[in-house]
Amino acid sequence: MSSSTVAMPPTHYLNNGLTLKSWLFTKDHKRIALLYLVAVTFFFMVGAAFAVAIRLELATPAGDLLSDENYNRVFTMHGVMMVFFFLIPAVPAILGNFLIPLQIGAKDLAFPKLNLLSFYIYFVGSLFTMYSIVSGGLDTGWTFYTPFSTVASTSAVVPAALGIFINGFSGILTGLNFIVTIHKMRAPGMTWFRLPLFVWAHYATSLIQVLGTPVLAITIVLVAAERIFGFGLFNPAVGGDPVLFQHLFWFYSHPAVYIMILPAMGIISELVAASARKQVFGYTFVAFASIGIAVIGFLVWGHHMFVSGESVYAALVFSVLSFIVAVPSAVKVFNWIATMYRGSVSWETPMFYVAGFIGLFAIGGLTGLFLASMGLDVHLTDTYFIVAHFHYVMVGGTIMGYLGGIHFWWPKITGRMYNDLLGRVSAVVIFVGFNLTFFPQFVVGYLGMPRRYHAYPEEFQVLNVLSSAGASVLAVGYLMPLFYLAYSLKYGEIAGDNPFGAVGLEWNTTSPPPTENFKTTPVVTWEAYEYPTPVEGHVV
Amino acid sequence: MADHSQHHIVPKSTYYLIFTALMLGTGLTWWIATIDLGAMNNVIMLSIAVTKATLVILFFMHVKYSPKLTGTVIIGAVFWLLIMLVMTMNDYFTRDWLHFG
Ligand SMILES: [Cu+2]
Repeated sequence: MSSSTVAMPPTHYLNNGLTLKSWLFTKDHKRIALLYLVAVTFFFMVGAAFAVAIRLELATPAGDLLSDENYNRVFTMHGVMMVFFFLIPAVPAILGNFLIPLQIGAKDLAFPKLNLLSFYIYFVGSLFTMYSIVSGGLDTGWTFYTPFSTVASTSAVVPAALGIFINGFSGILTGLNFIVTIHKMRAPGMTWFRLPLFVWAHYATSLIQVLGTPVLAITIVLVAAERIFGFGLFNPAVGGDPVLFQHLFWFYSHPAVYIMILPAMGIISELVAASARKQVFGYTFVAFASIGIAVIGFLVWGHHMFVSGESVYAALVFSVLSFIVAVPSAVKVFNWIATMYRGSVSWETPMFYVAGFIGLFAIGGLTGLFLASMGLDVHLTDTYFIVAHFHYVMVGGTIMGYLGGIHFWWPKITGRMYNDLLGRVSAVVIFVGFNLTFFPQFVVGYLGMPRRYHAYPEEFQVLNVLSSAGASVLAVGYLMPLFYLAYSLKYGEIAGDNPFGAVGLEWNTTSPPPTENFKTTPVVTWEAYEYPTPVEGHVV
Repeated sequence: MADHSQHHIVPKSTYYLIFTALMLGTGLTWWIATIDLGAMNNVIMLSIAVTKATLVILFFMHVKYSPKLTGTVIIGAVFWLLIMLVMTMNDYFTRDWLHFG
């Protein structure tokens, strides 16, 4: 990185209007992205606070810190906050919002007002769900399984469900905005196969959001309707079918995992190319792998129901399809590694996060194959093995990608550099803390410890203490960036337009970019990731 | 979009015609409900409903006069709905094919 004296551009999106109003009513996609950054970080903190309570309770075998009923409320709210208000919006609403117009050479998204509306819908939805915390909590698990959620639970199901229903429209509108933007707003010369893979990943994600989220919304309305009016939709006592709820819920909620992981994979593609200074190996394969994951991801939901009474034949079909969806994911991982091969890989902070992502996502993905096998799933389902598996994918994968992206584009977003050493240390601390937290859960789950209980037999204590200790290391890892990134806002070195020497339109404008992104509309005459051919033995 | 300039104006009579067809469909649904057709009950009822929905989408929602892309999007959405229904029925219709144990 060059340390020559560069100055901040005199005008940019951050100093174009300094009043609170200029932020809260902004139509600039970059400012809306930062509004999301603040809100999403807040909900991550809320979700994390509930995680702390869970790990404290599980440090001892006895249910001594929380009553069983309160423990139900705590792990439910941990899941709801993390899934619906952190993981799903995190990458698309923050980095997608900020980067898609920049990467395709547009002035903004296609519908800037709709973009602002999406943010406020998200905000209002979160208020309803937060209200449920103080009005009796929610004890159904984030999955709202019926008939417990509709007839038995005494907690605040309706406000929580309403909040998630409202929040769904935020995701739908963001997805719609991205699809139209990518179709209609590309700069001259920016053909589909010159698009950065980050954009392809978001296109695939947007398809899932537009096609899947309405089903979740309707399902949640049906839960509320059964709860309020006593309809016999899911309650077997009055002719309903609880498995029907699971079909409808997972039709959205399995693809929702891809809403979390696909954008993170898009980030990884960008970071690998920039760190290895090479074109992504098999660009078209990686691009179509995103679309493949989005489509096949809709055909596998029944793997959540192998033990809930689904037919053996259907389980077989869903099992096979679940194996197939692993193929495009593996294509991506192999292509990233092939990209690094013989590249001049520079080990700055983003690359540390890439390495973390690949390590954790590989374990998360491979254990997914264990669970897609029907026989093994019968033993492992509803144990801590499942908990470990989806945390490896959703936390190890998505958050590693998200933080890698934040570190990579931070100089573009703020115009300043953070301390790279601290960045690398945070990635290592998170990687170590994460494995210490969740690897023991694979073991304890395999040994038979069920999820969602506040007490457990004494022989499981060692593994649980390891997990709780790991969680505190992980917490340090997550808190570190908060401090050094905040510090960099005022004291960080001025980054310059392109501190990582990356290609891509977002690096062809100032850091931070002007409100209109580019002084003149760029004309693209080069392919994606057109890095100069590396010289043998050359170190950047 | 280029198609904006050639905004199609639908004569009122078309709307009345479609409205009449929808009302007839409703009447037909009511009348058939009084006859027990066994397994065909659902098939016939749903066929009438789908026909009515198609009429609404094509004429009242102007899809018949819209660019092809609009139609493609709607077909995509309906196809996704079919995925949900078919794969769910794939469970319900095969419950007694095989049993554990
Ligand atoms: Cu799944």
